[in-house]
Amino acid sequence: MAFNIQQSYRKMNEGEVLLAYKGSITTDLITNVLDVVESKLEEAKSVSAVKKKVYSVLVESLQNLYHHIEDLPDNMKDQFDTRFGILVVSKMDGLYRISTGNFVRSTRVKYLKDKIDKINSLSRDELKDMYKFVLNHQKITEKGGGGLGLIDIAKKTGNKLEYVFQKYNNDYYFFNLNIFVSETSG
Amino acid sequence: MDPIIMEGTPKTPEIRFDAGKGIIEIRGRSIPENAIEFYKPMVDWLEKYSKNPAKETIVNFQLEYFNTSSSKCILDLFKKLETIHKESRSVIVNWYYEEDDEDMLEAGEDYESIIRIPFTMIEMEEQ
Repeated sequence: MAFNIQQSYRKMNEGEVLLAYKGSITTDLITNVLDVVESKLEEAKSVSAVKKKVYSVLVESLQNLYHHIEDLPDNMKDQFDTRFGILVVSKMDGLYRISTGNFVRSTRVKYLKDKIDKINSLSRDELKDMYKFVLNHQKITEKGGGGLGLIDIAKKTGNKLEYVFQKYNNDYYFFNLNIFVSETSG
Repeated sequence: MDPIIMEGTPKTPEIRFDAGKGIIEIRGRSIPENAIEFYKPMVDWLEKYSKNPAKETIVNFQLEYFNTSSSKCILDLFKKLETIHKESRSVIVNWYYEEDDEDMLEAGEDYESIIRIPFTMIEMEEQ
């Protein structure tokens, strides 16, 4: 079955949605999203340590999107905004879910899968060590944190990262990443 | 040396680097998309300051949030402070964190273990 963006978006919108966005990921958008989610979190009943985790993981996942979004080729540009990405923050069954979606080049799929699988295989202490190692040894890149984002997210949430890659065409896959923050953590 | 005084914004912290008083302060949120650009003046300032530091430098970090992009820049700042500390000048680091914010406490401990200047961890009650 061909990849269908509406279908993916609907699926990402399951549960009690705090915020859903589909379009260009820009610095202004990030500022606005953070503002909206922060005030929604203030109204939520969760304890403050959990709200902080949700906010902090949201910052990281949005900026990951921002730094890694690909410029789409012309034949996709008429269907999608430039710097196209999806973000949905929702709550279900005692979990906050931050779901992001973006196109990645087919050539990057294996690298990303390996990286996430590696992170998911590590214990909390191993993640802590990896975080410190990368922080101390990897050079800062103009792009962002130099590969710390996903490690930080996994370390803070204590939950496995869930992902799906769906083939869009020969050159691109749609990458959907789900991050969970437990209401009982913190 | 001229001080650096900057107001905080929704994505960047309040900055106070004062050579005369030997005070280095960063407070608030540090979540800019491009942290390198934001922190460059502070890193350069500390580089200069480390050549002729005050007898005692008091460093106050009171961050509510920081992103991973900032975390590398903050380490850069601490590495400059480590140079001062190694030359037997007193450097006092106060790391503030809000009550129950274990992630922020842990972040402080991570830096402390990398740069080997003793930190004083200060828990603040939630407002």
